[in-house]
Amino acid sequence: MRLNALWEYANPVKFMRLTDRVLPVVSMLALAAMVVGLVWGFFFTPDDFRQGSTVKIIYLHVPSAMMAISAWFMMLVTSLIWLIRRHHVSALAAKAAAPVGAVMTIIGLVTGAIWGQPMWGTWWAWDPRLTSFLILFLFYLGYIALWEAVEDGDTAADLTSALCLVGSVFAFLSRYAVNFWNQGLHQGASVLRAGALAGDTEERVSNVFAVPLFISMAGFVLFFIALVLLRTRTEIRLRRAKALIARERLS
Amino acid sequence: MIALLMRDLKLAFRAGGGFGLGLAFFLIVVVLVPFGVGPQTALLSRIAAGILWVGALLACLLSLDRLFALDWEDGSLDLLATSPLPLEAVAVSKALAHWLTTGLPLVVASPVFGLLLGLPEAGYIFVVLSLLIGTPALSFIGAFGAALTVGIKRGGLLLSLLVLPLYVPTLIFGAEVARRGSEGLAVQTPLLLLAGITFGSMALLPFASALVLRVNLR
Repeated sequence: MRLNALWEYANPVKFMRLTDRVLPVVSMLALAAMVVGLVWGFFFTPDDFRQGSTVKIIYLHVPSAMMAISAWFMMLVTSLIWLIRRHHVSALAAKAAAPVGAVMTIIGLVTGAIWGQPMWGTWWAWDPRLTSFLILFLFYLGYIALWEAVEDGDTAADLTSALCLVGSVFAFLSRYAVNFWNQGLHQGASVLRAGALAGDTEERVSNVFAVPLFISMAGFVLFFIALVLLRTRTEIRLRRAKALIARERLS
Repeated sequence: MIALLMRDLKLAFRAGGGFGLGLAFFLIVVVLVPFGVGPQTALLSRIAAGILWVGALLACLLSLDRLFALDWEDGSLDLLATSPLPLEAVAVSKALAHWLTTGLPLVVASPVFGLLLGLPEAGYIFVVLSLLIGTPALSFIGAFGAALTVGIKRGGLLLSLLVLPLYVPTLIFGAEVARRGSEGLAVQTPLLLLAGITFGSMALLPFASALVLRVNLR
């Protein structure tokens, strides 16, 4: 397939037609993967020998934290596409992803706190990862608030795209600045590690836990895609409704 | 560009409310903190550097919303946009004027406020140094935020929500320089990183500010 064919779906009509068929499939797959991953994870894995049953929060914590970062990254890419090629669907997809990403950030923070209370003995610590997640949440809030505050759609898309670009740089800086500022309590990367590619295949998360975790992560990814598609479709319909109302007023 | 800078400086000095206000706000923060945490000198001198940095940051934020908004309201921003001066240069001189009227006075006044908070003697030079290097970044980042919200009515609260997360790295490195300096540790690394953030924002953010100004003026 030529890569150029991809841009055809920037046409809202084509996008709607495609997602009409894709959305049910993705939603069903997401549901299936999440049910399998979470039920397997919660009920059919053994308790950890030290953490007891609290280890099972990993099936919510890791996927949601992963999606919180991925959602911002997706918004960055779609914002760039909007700024460079000015496809409206792209800007609306970024708008649609923001609240989903914000909720994922909250889920990550809350499940982390619930796990941290028995394990670390505290709900909250000013650990680099926790802190940068809180900052990421603030970035999401600002981004959503800016979308809400600007009335004209294209202006809002331009402004939020600029904010997303600048915000990404500063979010990245913050992530490494907080490392400098305080030492961590949170464990390092143990599920998907860069080291695994270099041949360090030691089992950091036992396979008993890892298999349902990967299914659950896949479920969260599909769930995110389904939600973003759904919300983008809503935004497109909202635009159309507005255009219809405006046309009616003119005539 | 220099004419624009002088105009903004004159406006800040003569029209009132701009120049002294940030400094007065800074003073109030410094006065309020001992009421909040108690008057023990030992505690205050430990957190003095951090309070000075947070206070400076909030004082900077206070005067941001008028950075472009006044010119936007009376139409002079449109004139500036159509003038031969590129909008990037307008953003630079606006941010520079903001720094000269709020950041620089804060830097100059910080030793006095440090005195009130019982800052350790070794810390003075580092607080002043870190503020001197760090506050330009606050002005340039703030100018971007102000440009983003210029067309929004009652954008003041939104402005703080947008700008404060962007201030995090600057605050971390700035306060780290001041803290390490007060405790007599090596400050070179955070100082260089702070300078990196400042120069990076000075070099790149005016382009972003001009971009969003153009969108808002469209």
